[in-house]
Amino acid sequence: MKLRVSRILCLVALLCALAGRTAHGSEAIVVGSKIFTEGYVLGELAAQAIEASSPPVPVTRKLGMGSTGILFQSLTTGAIDVYADYTGTLTEAIIKNPELKSQEQIQAALLKLGLVMSNPLGFNNTYALAVREQFAHDNDLRTMSDLVRLKSTLRAAFSYEFMDRADGYPGLASKYHLELSPKNVNRMEHSLTYQAIDQNAVDVIDVYSTDAKIRKFNLRVLKDDLDYFPVYQAVWVARKAFVDRYPAQWQALRNLEGTVDESTMLDMNAKADIQKKSLTQIAAEFRGARARVSDSLASRLVHRTVEHLWLVAISLLFSIVIGVPLGIAAVRFHAAGQAILLLSAMIQTVPSLALLCFLIPLFGVGTKPALVALCLYSLLPVVLNTFTGIRSIDPRHLENARAFGLTRRQILFRIVLPLASPMLLAGVKTATIVSIGTATLAALVGAGGYGAPIVSGLSLNDVPTILTGAIPAALMAWIAHGAFEVLGKVLIPAGLQVRT
Amino acid sequence: MGRLNFRFYKLAVSSDRTAEPPSMLKLEHIYKSFEGRTVLSDVSLSIPQGATHALIGSSGSGKTTLLRLTLGLIPFDRGYVKINDQALLSFTPTEWADRIGYVPQDGGLFPHISGRQNVALVPGLRNWPADRIASRVEELRALVDLDPAILERFPHEMSGGQKQRVAIMRAAMMNPPVMLLDEPMAALDPLIRSSLQQELKSIFQRLGKTVLLVTHDLGEAVFLADCITLLHEGRVIQTGSYRELLLQPADPFVSLFINAQRTLPDLGAVA
Repeated sequence: MKLRVSRILCLVALLCALAGRTAHGSEAIVVGSKIFTEGYVLGELAAQAIEASSPPVPVTRKLGMGSTGILFQSLTTGAIDVYADYTGTLTEAIIKNPELKSQEQIQAALLKLGLVMSNPLGFNNTYALAVREQFAHDNDLRTMSDLVRLKSTLRAAFSYEFMDRADGYPGLASKYHLELSPKNVNRMEHSLTYQAIDQNAVDVIDVYSTDAKIRKFNLRVLKDDLDYFPVYQAVWVARKAFVDRYPAQWQALRNLEGTVDESTMLDMNAKADIQKKSLTQIAAEFRGARARVSDSLASRLVHRTVEHLWLVAISLLFSIVIGVPLGIAAVRFHAAGQAILLLSAMIQTVPSLALLCFLIPLFGVGTKPALVALCLYSLLPVVLNTFTGIRSIDPRHLENARAFGLTRRQILFRIVLPLASPMLLAGVKTATIVSIGTATLAALVGAGGYGAPIVSGLSLNDVPTILTGAIPAALMAWIAHGAFEVLGKVLIPAGLQVRT
Repeated sequence: MGRLNFRFYKLAVSSDRTAEPPSMLKLEHIYKSFEGRTVLSDVSLSIPQGATHALIGSSGSGKTTLLRLTLGLIPFDRGYVKINDQALLSFTPTEWADRIGYVPQDGGLFPHISGRQNVALVPGLRNWPADRIASRVEELRALVDLDPAILERFPHEMSGGQKQRVAIMRAAMMNPPVMLLDEPMAALDPLIRSSLQQELKSIFQRLGKTVLLVTHDLGEAVFLADCITLLHEGRVIQTGSYRELLLQPADPFVSLFINAQRTLPDLGAVA
């Protein structure tokens, strides 16, 4: 018995070691980015600037990680070293003191948090409201104040961040007296609001003033005539520890200060969004260097498949190692059992983005939080099916086994688990297929996999890129389904096989 | 095992100085209650070595409870269950299980493994070598007269009679001195029933075990058993041969119970 326990502990330790393998490999500078086109472009720009600096330091790109909150947490936990943000965002979302106006004040406030901010890169990407050109023409709209006339019927789609920020919609509504009817205000993923306005599903959306999609979708940006929106100067934000340790690399980033003006940024964004150029190439063109030869689609696909399989397999292993004993415990101890089932059901209701957000302070970014999240999501089907599978066994078999003198362990391994195996396997199958789908979200915390092209494709509004992630993921789910049919033939005792 | 039995036999004689043949299985003054409700009250029975004894009673009589506590599955309040004068409580559950071969209702074979695997399960767990298991299986297979191909089938592929025979093999594998059968015929249709009854009787004779048969069917009890104990509302109403039960009922309930049976076996058949 002791031997078995130590063996299980060894297995768990091994799994932990394996899981950690990809999270913090070598000494590398980690560049993060926000999850929209400009974030990606600036992230790649930073990565290339560091790569070109001397002495050479390897760079890990964790681009498209999420919004300010996730990036700030990642910076403070040391999961990333540097990313690009905007002065307005920093005062609102991080320092939470919009009164700080001067650059020096912001820099001083950030330093207290262990962060260093560069001087502005050269452009102001502020929030703005945009409407369709035709709609602006029909209603004679030029300024944001002009919208007030249409307030009762105006339909809006605003990003989550814009809705929740003090300098977003709430402040705007009171400053401009533009309180829209709640049923006309849709909270949406930002990249999808363009589709919504293009298809005339809404009339007004929030945009960033350097967003290339303004051109692509032929939108008119309304003038902020009451000077409501704060200034959003793009800057680098880095960990103090990084700046101290890699002064040459920090200097390489600072050399970009004042070199990116609004039209340059809008141009780079348009290359990404409209011309579908690769980030590598856009950043290289800006730096005047030649683009690194990017990997072929096939080799990227192989790489992502390995990452994705790794995520699914390891998280599944953990959820089986944890979930099956929990399911067994749930049968044996009635009250605790109900608590276990309730808890694993509750985990299931936590939105995946929220769960990832909770996990970043605990596990950093990369593979670890993704594995933990996937494991937690796989837990319910495994626990529930183990529980149901055991509960549905005819109790006479268990009593007979006792009458034959089988010990508890023998009953568990010779009778209970084999009899519950069809149900148990069905639970693991459900967990696997759900995991394959959910693992695409792992890209949000930089764990890679098929989610990487889906997340970047979504924020770049690039359907073919999305499909290079979505199709293999669907294919993998389909293969997993078939694999479980075969696995069932092997693992389910012959006497319980469904005869065909 | 033969020598061991002999030793137990001598022990039994020395401790029990009556003229009766020594008892292999004995229940002494068993009391059992569930949540304050008395289920068994002062139940005693004693089965001599090699005899077949039927415990009979309608549902609710307490016979299932008696069966379960005899198997060591549930505790009881007072009394003793003894095999060869050794009390249940002096054994581990595994040791006790190897002394009582249990044949559950309908055979109770585990559905996920074949007949052979069912039969070999317990000796396998006791680390018997494979060849010893194989020869013991073959010995018992011949004894219960089962087609070897049936052993390779899964329980859901067997007839009721085949399951019953496999279950008897399984119960006899460890060569226990006592066999306990729960309603061995209940699930069988009447035609198979009468032919299997005949066979069961000769299997018992060939095995030479002490058998306790739990049933609600008087015909079956009369046909298979030397002695019958009628249980009613947790008490032993009468123990004796069918002839005694019929001609010298200890209680009006005995006659009531006998007369309530659908077909009465006639005395000539019992002899």
